[in-house]
Amino acid sequence: MKVKLENLSKRWGKVVGADHINLDINDGEFVAFLGPSGCGKTTTLLMVAGIYKPTEGNIWFDNQVVNYMTPKDRNIGMVFQSYALYPHMNVFQNISYPLKLKKVPKNDMRERAQRVADMMGIGHLMDRRPAQLSGGQQQRVALGRALVKEPQLLLFDEPLSNLDARLRLSMRGEIKRLVIELGITAIYVTHDQVEAMTMADRIAVMKEGKLQAYDPPDELYDQPRTLFVAGFVGNPPMNFLEVEVSRKNGDYHAHREKFDAIVPTEQGEKTAGKGNVIMGIRPEDITISDEGVGGEIYVVEPLGRDDLVTVQIGEAIVHVLADPVLGLKMGQNVTLDFSTHKVQFFDPQTEKSLLWAE
Amino acid sequence: MSLASRLKRGGAPPLFPTHSKGGMPSIGDRLRSRFGSYGFLAPAAVLVTLFFFIPVVIILVLSFSDLDAANFGTLQWWLPENWSLDNYAKIFNNKFFPKILGNTAFYVVSTLTLFNFSSALIIALLTTHVERRTGFFFRVLWLLPRLTPSVIYIMMWQRIAARAPHGILNQLLVPLGIGTGGNLLQASPWPFVILVNGMIGASFGMVIFTSAIEAIPRDYMMASKVDGASTLQTIRYVILPAIKWPILFVITYQTLSLLTSFEQIMLLTDGGPGLYHTEVWALTAYHRALSNYFGNNQWGYGAAWAVILVIIGVIAASIYMRVFKFDELVEEPKIDLL
Ligand SMILES: Nc1ncnc2c1ncn2[C@@H]1O[C@H](COP(=O)(O)OP(=O)(O)O)[C@@H](O)[C@H]1O
Ligand SMILES: [Mg+2]
Repeated sequence: MKVKLENLSKRWGKVVGADHINLDINDGEFVAFLGPSGCGKTTTLLMVAGIYKPTEGNIWFDNQVVNYMTPKDRNIGMVFQSYALYPHMNVFQNISYPLKLKKVPKNDMRERAQRVADMMGIGHLMDRRPAQLSGGQQQRVALGRALVKEPQLLLFDEPLSNLDARLRLSMRGEIKRLVIELGITAIYVTHDQVEAMTMADRIAVMKEGKLQAYDPPDELYDQPRTLFVAGFVGNPPMNFLEVEVSRKNGDYHAHREKFDAIVPTEQGEKTAGKGNVIMGIRPEDITISDEGVGGEIYVVEPLGRDDLVTVQIGEAIVHVLADPVLGLKMGQNVTLDFSTHKVQFFDPQTEKSLLWAE
Repeated sequence: MSLASRLKRGGAPPLFPTHSKGGMPSIGDRLRSRFGSYGFLAPAAVLVTLFFFIPVVIILVLSFSDLDAANFGTLQWWLPENWSLDNYAKIFNNKFFPKILGNTAFYVVSTLTLFNFSSALIIALLTTHVERRTGFFFRVLWLLPRLTPSVIYIMMWQRIAARAPHGILNQLLVPLGIGTGGNLLQASPWPFVILVNGMIGASFGMVIFTSAIEAIPRDYMMASKVDGASTLQTIRYVILPAIKWPILFVITYQTLSLLTSFEQIMLLTDGGPGLYHTEVWALTAYHRALSNYFGNNQWGYGAAWAVILVIIGVIAASIYMRVFKFDELVEEPKIDLL
């Protein structure tokens, strides 16, 4: 099923939950809503579910406006962060609840619930109460309950937040596989950019109720359209430096106090002569080399595969991912090579990208 | 290991480590070391003994005696040789015993089912499903009868029921050609007895049910709606099971409370009109013991009525616990599962 949000807003008096959101979701697409806590992800999701009525705008399911359709007529499945398993019902009763409400005949209901439970690997736990299950098992029951009525749209609200790190990793893969296999359109709300990047076909980044960007993960990562998106996506986050770009001897240079780096022509052309701009560069795109910008190592944090090195250049602080074999030490002087074609530039006033803005 | 066996076992580490500042034991620590846990129980134990157990024992003893206003001061009612079951025999042989028993059952069951439980639940459900402030406003309205002093509240009802042309209800009914315009309390006292008590009683359950409903995580209601439930289905399958324990509590508590309450009826009809028309058990005990028509207060006889009422109450409460499967409602303490 296709979903389209058109100028969708939700306000409670002066409190703004969602602010003129426009996006469309293709049939079978897996979309993530990504943003910090309180940015309106849940509000938007609950409007799609029919729990909240939009203050303004429209929600389309295929060719139908569903603003006033009750949740029970929308044929959606939803998984909550708290799982929201009914505590007085056992696993079977929880999973078959949507079927019972649809008045599916008893035998049919038993069969379908069992099939879904088996698919989720909890078929042997049918008699247990939610309180007798581990977090991961509860998560599976919640998924089973969302899937059992074969919904046209699956909604997830931070479903993995309550799991421990290891389980989160495996459930992440399982949910992704499940959704792709079933081919159901899905909206997945999360504040965890790794979850969004790894699972979704497209990511809608939100901030303070507004949609910031709506792109596939690689585009979001390589061509961030706003300063916020650039800073929010990626871990460790992108470095930002206020610089001025100018042309010297045929090359473009970004410079500031104790800092001078060569900028690729493509980016230089779009930023030279614009006064102060914000240069963005990811920690993995900076290399420690023999020549470049000099600085002093402030601290080294080993991450296992890489060392996260914090380097002080004049007033500025820059994070760099370095190879541990270099054996970098605190207080050591290093030179950094900033010349990468992945460098980003943003307008400090509008916070929009100078490279990818439409 | 169970909590009890852990407490009993000598030398076990304390369950709750005691904290004290700067080496000085706190008052709690000193009390505990000197008197053990009894030091903490003592104040409550003294109160309960003085104001509950002793009076209960006195009433029980009194019910075996023939103490009344005439022999007061001469009858040594506390001596076993003056005890008998005569008062109890007298109650069961009383011509009006079936009438009073029936009145009590009718009064308790109707008030409870119509108001103290059903209305309370319906008000709680309605006011938690509308906008918060509106809900709060309507709940405050329902608290008014309870907040109004009984005498004023009953006078209001007497005005409402009074005969034409003064009675408020009659001012509506007579022009419509309904009724004779006589005092409605005389014509049909029971609806008023039930309304008067129910309007007060409903607010108790309302407050308990409201807070229980509001304590249910909102996710359950949302999940239920998304799962395809209508509001009524969500109430039936999610809300009601979640507030089963408050429901048992309200029904039990209100049954006992209705069984023993009589002041509204006393003020409204005093058991009338006529002989025992609306006389309930607790009112009989009061009339016998403390407000006899003939000025002869039969303390012993009244006490016997009261004792039977207590027994009825205990039986009712244990039936409720059985019906609601009380032991299943009480969850196993988590400490044993760890
Ligand atoms: N029912 C509500 N009434 C009033 N304000 C709300 C309500 N639900 C959410 N909000 C507000 O809307 C904003 C967005 O909330 P939410 O959608 O829950 O954020 P997120 O899910 O992204 O963390 C927050 O400022 C929140 O306080
Ligand atoms: Mg949220």
